[in-house]
Amino acid sequence: MIYLTRRATFSASHYYWNPAWSAEKNEQVFGRCANRNGHGHNYTLEVTVAGEPDPVTGFVVDLKWLKDIIEREVLSAWDHRHLNLETPEFATAMPTTENIAIAAWKRLEPAVTAASGARLSRVRVYETPEIFAEYRGES
Amino acid sequence: MRACFGRRYMISASHRLHTDALSAQQNQATYGKCNNPHGHGHNYVVEVLVGGCVDPETGMVINMVELDNVVRSRVIERFDHANLNLDPLFVNRVPTTENLCRAVFALLKDALPAGELERVRVEETENNFFECEGD
Repeated sequence: MIYLTRRATFSASHYYWNPAWSAEKNEQVFGRCANRNGHGHNYTLEVTVAGEPDPVTGFVVDLKWLKDIIEREVLSAWDHRHLNLETPEFATAMPTTENIAIAAWKRLEPAVTAASGARLSRVRVYETPEIFAEYRGES
Repeated sequence: MRACFGRRYMISASHRLHTDALSAQQNQATYGKCNNPHGHGHNYVVEVLVGGCVDPETGMVINMVELDNVVRSRVIERFDHANLNLDPLFVNRVPTTENLCRAVFALLKDALPAGELERVRVEETENNFFECEGD
């Protein structure tokens, strides 16, 4: 089994705010991330696909194909957007790095599965070079 | 839903790879430049990966500020700008990055306020790193 990873970047803004909580509790739990004017990051998305190399091409999947899927399913929806205000998954869910990794998986998994012999193995999202989250499809 | 949260920290520390179980010549042959009697240092990167269910109220596996506090008090304050050989954990154990990685895992394992410690990675330089999953 070979694991192949493609990296992509997108820039987006967000804030953390649970409407069920008071302003004080939001600020206490989320700190500066609770600023309702939002803030932004250069996110790095790492998409890992697992499979056996094709005996003819030597590819697990064609990297260009994977790049196009990432652009179509994720970047076109999230890049240069406000995640809370402009994306369906974060209209209610908190756009934390954990939830962004899960949402990216949900966007990518059907396309990867439908079109290749490989399977999506892991999605990792870096919010900064020091902060990241990953999701492997677990329930 | 189960996901993982990861965070990277930096520690600057010195060490010397040497064991009394080997002769001076054997130490030199085994550890090479790392056996320099006066030690040397690294900017270590410690990467901590915490797994757990994403809390529906916060969207988080673990609150980063709480994780930072634990890592700071148990690992960074202990090892940053210190000589690893002088730490009690390395009195009878060579402070290789393998052993440092295990030590960090053990120091954090039962101290997390949420989730479980999945993996500790310690990067000694840009070109070498070590990982421990607690086994």
